[in-house]
Amino acid sequence: MSNGKPLNVVGKPFRKVDARAKCTGQTKFADDIFLPRMLACKILRSHEPHARIKNIDLSKALALPGVFAIVTGKDFPIPYGILPVSQDEHALCIDKVRFVGDPVAAVAAIDEDVAFDAMNLIEVEYERLQTITSIEEGLFVEEPRIHEYGDGGNVHKKVSLEFGDVDEGFAEADLVREDTFFYEGNTHLPMEQHAAVAHFDADQKLTLWSSTQTPHYVHRALVKVLEIPASHIRVIATPNGGGFGGKSDPFNHEVVVSKLAMMTGRPVKCTLTREEVFYCHRGRHPVLMHVKTGVKKDGAITAMHFKSFLDGGAYGSYGVASTFYTGALQTVTYDVPRYKFEGARVFTNKPPCGPKRGHGTPQPRYALEVHLDKIAEQLHLDPAAMRRQHLVPPNTVTANYLRIGSMGLGECIDKVVEGSDWRSKFAWSESVPGAIATGSPSPRRTDPVATAPGTDLIRRLPYGRGIGIACSSYICGAGLPIYWNNMPQSGVQLRLDRQGGVCVMCGSTDIGQGSDSILAYIVAEVLGIDPFDIRVVTADTDLTPVDLGSYSSRVTLMTGNAAIQAAERARELLTLAVAEKLGVPIENISFAERRAFDVENPEVGVSFAEAVVLAESKFGTIGTVGSYSPPRSPGKYKGAGVGPSPAYSYSAAVAEVDVDPSTGIVTVERIWIAHDIGKSINPALVMGQVEGSVYMGLGEILMEEMSYRANRNVVHKFPSLLEYKSPTTLEMCDVKTYLIEDPDPNGPFGAKEVGQGPLLPVMPAVANAVYNAVGVRIDEVPITPEKVLKALREKERGRDPRFGPTSIPDVDWPEPLRVLTPAEGGDGREMPRVAVHS
Amino acid sequence: MTNGTKQKAHISLTLNGEPCEVAFAPHKTLLEVLREDLGLTGTKHGCELGECGTCTVLVDGKSILSCLMLGLDAEDRCVETIEGMADGATLHPLQETFADTGAAQCGYCSPGFMLAAKELIEKSPKPSRDEIKEALSGNLCRCTGYIKIYEAVELAAAKMRGEKMELPRESLFGIE
Repeated sequence: MSNGKPLNVVGKPFRKVDARAKCTGQTKFADDIFLPRMLACKILRSHEPHARIKNIDLSKALALPGVFAIVTGKDFPIPYGILPVSQDEHALCIDKVRFVGDPVAAVAAIDEDVAFDAMNLIEVEYERLQTITSIEEGLFVEEPRIHEYGDGGNVHKKVSLEFGDVDEGFAEADLVREDTFFYEGNTHLPMEQHAAVAHFDADQKLTLWSSTQTPHYVHRALVKVLEIPASHIRVIATPNGGGFGGKSDPFNHEVVVSKLAMMTGRPVKCTLTREEVFYCHRGRHPVLMHVKTGVKKDGAITAMHFKSFLDGGAYGSYGVASTFYTGALQTVTYDVPRYKFEGARVFTNKPPCGPKRGHGTPQPRYALEVHLDKIAEQLHLDPAAMRRQHLVPPNTVTANYLRIGSMGLGECIDKVVEGSDWRSKFAWSESVPGAIATGSPSPRRTDPVATAPGTDLIRRLPYGRGIGIACSSYICGAGLPIYWNNMPQSGVQLRLDRQGGVCVMCGSTDIGQGSDSILAYIVAEVLGIDPFDIRVVTADTDLTPVDLGSYSSRVTLMTGNAAIQAAERARELLTLAVAEKLGVPIENISFAERRAFDVENPEVGVSFAEAVVLAESKFGTIGTVGSYSPPRSPGKYKGAGVGPSPAYSYSAAVAEVDVDPSTGIVTVERIWIAHDIGKSINPALVMGQVEGSVYMGLGEILMEEMSYRANRNVVHKFPSLLEYKSPTTLEMCDVKTYLIEDPDPNGPFGAKEVGQGPLLPVMPAVANAVYNAVGVRIDEVPITPEKVLKALREKERGRDPRFGPTSIPDVDWPEPLRVLTPAEGGDGREMPRVAVHS
Repeated sequence: MTNGTKQKAHISLTLNGEPCEVAFAPHKTLLEVLREDLGLTGTKHGCELGECGTCTVLVDGKSILSCLMLGLDAEDRCVETIEGMADGATLHPLQETFADTGAAQCGYCSPGFMLAAKELIEKSPKPSRDEIKEALSGNLCRCTGYIKIYEAVELAAAKMRGEKMELPRESLFGIE
């Protein structure tokens, strides 16, 4: 890729290409768009959690001066949804509402005030239905059904997969441990409220500007619902004022403003209120989990059985994928030779859950890492050393057929252990003082955690102060697209003009992570120019080739590879023309500092602009394309679509906390975090993602939760930025970051993801540190002072010093789909069921 | 607007150092007047309830939440928004350092942070990390974890004091 030449752009902390616009207030977010004659749209939302719509009377609202149009569910008979298997949403509800906040009618009016007034004049008659409010009810209350599809009653999806014989694995174990955990739901809380502007222009074509992470999927949804040709719809994703997964679904307000613009012939804008953003949600699923793991004395895992129960809220969203994700990535961190996963997602009458940063994996990661901590204590092992010793080997295939490439977790653990002075701070002080020494397995000589000299294993932290460790891994892009097709997941088009201008076009969407800049850096590197010479055009379905969107940490890896291909193709044309002009062999031509030159005679060369002129003279207009499709996954069984990725990133975190035993308040002093980035395209942006991930993880573990009033009305308790607690500057902890570069052959210049992975170890590291501080296990996220106090009280009374769920529902799981592991000679396909029973 | 009975208010103020007149529906907040009637969309909103700090602007040099102030109350006051921060084409040191450190990720909260930080630096030219945290505690950011913002403010303050200061290598590359 770099042909061995030194890198001039990649690896350097350049400004983002859009930094100046963002720092001068010139970036146009969706709500910053004001068009002549634009109407304002407001959406009337249900105040009933579950009800039939008996009647909607629009007459008073329609009579209000300044009202131009009102639409209801009748105007949107065609359902949509992000996943082909869950087409269960209507832009406005047709016959029933499923949660408080479900959209019922929408008004287009001369301004927002009139639209609000009109909304208040719409009369909706509801007939209340029994509400389904919890995982238990979703599993066992079959009527009324929230949806007429799924795996029976109010169960949306049930899955059961077994890789190898886990019972055999448990039989080989020295210790089998079972634990139960609950992870409360929380939400993305982007600072920008979602907004969309639609314009049906003079040539009868629709343009939609929207704060979406996935313009391509919005485009597809509009084609379906509005029944107009794709070529007549243009979706432009405006820069997102934060996304975190919350702007990844096609949303009702996007469909509604499109329809209203078509009906009124005027531009229509809808900007959600903060309260409405809470109702859009699609955030972290509440998940109840049970994990059973068999281990040898040294902590080597012999088998694992993971069960998860997801509260999905009122719609499908990404939920089927989320369900699989709660069971997919357990195997890509530590070596798990046999693995069984059972998962169930239920519908409830709450705002729909979906993908939030880490999509479906923070919950099981928290459970697994706390569970491993308990195992380490039971085995009298150092939890850092135990993890370090049993990592999944690089370049292998896991029991569930995920192909591991580069794996830098060992170095990540070493860094945070050294940085945090783990060895002199940590010990199982309360229950097994000093036990770490007696129970320790014989360490590998290369393992600095276990072999470090000077470890006296005596706890030095006072009661109330504690330290904890956790690790994690994450995908660098989902291996499969959301809808089945054989086309690339990412496309880049490059246009070079005779003045030396370079324009990069790509469907990717910058949500603040810097994806526009990544395109510029990579193309600049390949062509030897300055990233600020490049014009980047992104996220416009009329102008840019498809990129599937900013989700699953796919953008740097996939668009980056596509950009390299496009730029290398352009460089090839330039090379041919320049070599001919200079009369030197093509392999001698190199590009740097805005020049193309002879490497043996660097002063002999032409400017980049002249190189383009030469190439354009020889070949005609210079435009190239590049595209990227992930490698095929070795897994062929049903359900193998979730989990495969071209590469996996790894993170390790150590948290040091103070717990006040009199108040239960947990203060996180510092987090040391190491992330295996493969290769930083821009280290400053990587640092920003790591620090932002630690911040968001801190919010999840200490305070953030979607909670509902404890009655059958299922009303969100506090849909506001004041009452939904998130960390301010005063709660944010100190962060010490280490970037580990273990380049992955599938990544552009070796790069892997960073947007999501570093969030994952934060929650369990803090939970483990709380235990280390005061000796209580909080097996339920978030760790609030109330829970800490309750657990401390249990401890004082000599009872189980923990807070958390004690049981899981007794569910009839389907017969598991059985797959032989690679070690057992499996081919990635499920075994015929008859063979299992024979 | 609907039936011609609404009367627009008409005020004059100093906006980003220039005299300005504007007419608007009298119930509008300063935030709405800035964005909708003056076309200055650099001032953002995150809640419109005074909870997030995103709409921070300076009025007579003091940071206020423009979603909680009536436009009418801006009469004869000096209002400064993000659009007025640069000196012509020369960026304010805070704008430079926010851009350089990556303190603006999605950039949505950045105008509010920069204006709140400007007030701080004008009051306290060499703010400590704790002073910065305190001064910015009313502004929410979901992207950065605030750390790059602190660093940007410290760098800008040094710049404004005429001191040379560079970010430590570990802030940009991680700890070696």
